[in-house]
Amino acid sequence: MTPMVDLAFLLVTFFMLTTQFRPEDAVVVDPPSSTSDLKNPDSDVLTLTIDDKKRVFFGFDKAAVKEEALKSMGNKYGVSFTKAQLAQFRNINSIGVPIKQLGSYLNKTTEERKELNAGLPGIPYDSLNNQMIDWVQGARQANLNLFSKQSFISIKGDGAADVQTVQKIIAELQKAKINRFNLVTSLEGKPTEAAQ
Amino acid sequence: MAEIQQKGGDSGKGGKKRAKKMSTKIDMTPMVDLAFLLLTFFMLTTTFAKPNVLQLQMPAKVQDDTEKTKIKESEAMTVILAPDDKVFYYFGLNSPKDPSVAVPKIEVTDFSANGIRKVLLVRKQQVPKLTILIKTYIDDEKQAKYKDLVDILDEMNITDQKRYALVEIGKDDIDLIKKQNLL
Repeated sequence: MTPMVDLAFLLVTFFMLTTQFRPEDAVVVDPPSSTSDLKNPDSDVLTLTIDDKKRVFFGFDKAAVKEEALKSMGNKYGVSFTKAQLAQFRNINSIGVPIKQLGSYLNKTTEERKELNAGLPGIPYDSLNNQMIDWVQGARQANLNLFSKQSFISIKGDGAADVQTVQKIIAELQKAKINRFNLVTSLEGKPTEAAQ
Repeated sequence: MAEIQQKGGDSGKGGKKRAKKMSTKIDMTPMVDLAFLLLTFFMLTTTFAKPNVLQLQMPAKVQDDTEKTKIKESEAMTVILAPDDKVFYYFGLNSPKDPSVAVPKIEVTDFSANGIRKVLLVRKQQVPKLTILIKTYIDDEKQAKYKDLVDILDEMNITDQKRYALVEIGKDDIDLIKKQNLL
């Protein structure tokens, strides 16, 4: 039995060290499949999640960048956040609340937020009140300032989301001179006859 | 299963030392149980694969209309994503105001292997410098899903198309679809 136990413990150690707990998303989307085998970059990824109810959620994989982005958003919209709210904010993977409501959203406990998630309004992205682009630009600027790195924009859309919504987001980003996107997809097998 | 053997209350000074009698082998079963429990847990919770991505490079916005690329009619092909996973396509350009351009006939196909992929492959052999305009039919209630957009971009990669662009649908195309009663 000893070799088996050795192996088991080896595997346990391996999985323990390699595992990264997936932070819980505010919204669950089912990305469409594609044959592209390119991988999402390791870091500096800004994720815009678009669900089938036309809602947009913003996320960034570095907490420090997120915090800076939040501060610049706060300055712009005249909202300030307490230390406790900032600490909560760092732990949230993707946010989909207008900036004015973000304070009260952060005051809630994790369980309360979980219940709220289904009814969140998403980040406004229409041309009159375009907070989405401010988040994106704030985060890009923060990543540049803190780590002097460019950010990758990942668009994670639900397969059943409207094309119109996605195209509108892309158009808004293009207005901000962002022209390169990664569309998050799940992998499907390559068709064999395609080579012919 | 796993039980801790406790000595009785009278483990006073009077008792003999029993350490010498104990076997050197210990029961490993509980430890192995735990190891496998952890192994299963980490195996199931681990997220190995990073998501795959489809790269999309959009052209920089051109302010001036004169800078826009003109497409030759013979090299143009328009693909329109329609609701219910249907794909419309036509060859050439659709410009009803110009009488010298024939009104294109819209064909209907789908995303199966013999659908749009075959059309694209065949057309690419006929016209090597094929330029594909991808449009999305957008109406008040019915429109294509994001999945269709990813599918068609994927088809572009599969059929190795070099020149394609996402274009907004114009009124001319909507009129043409309505005229041919395709929806």
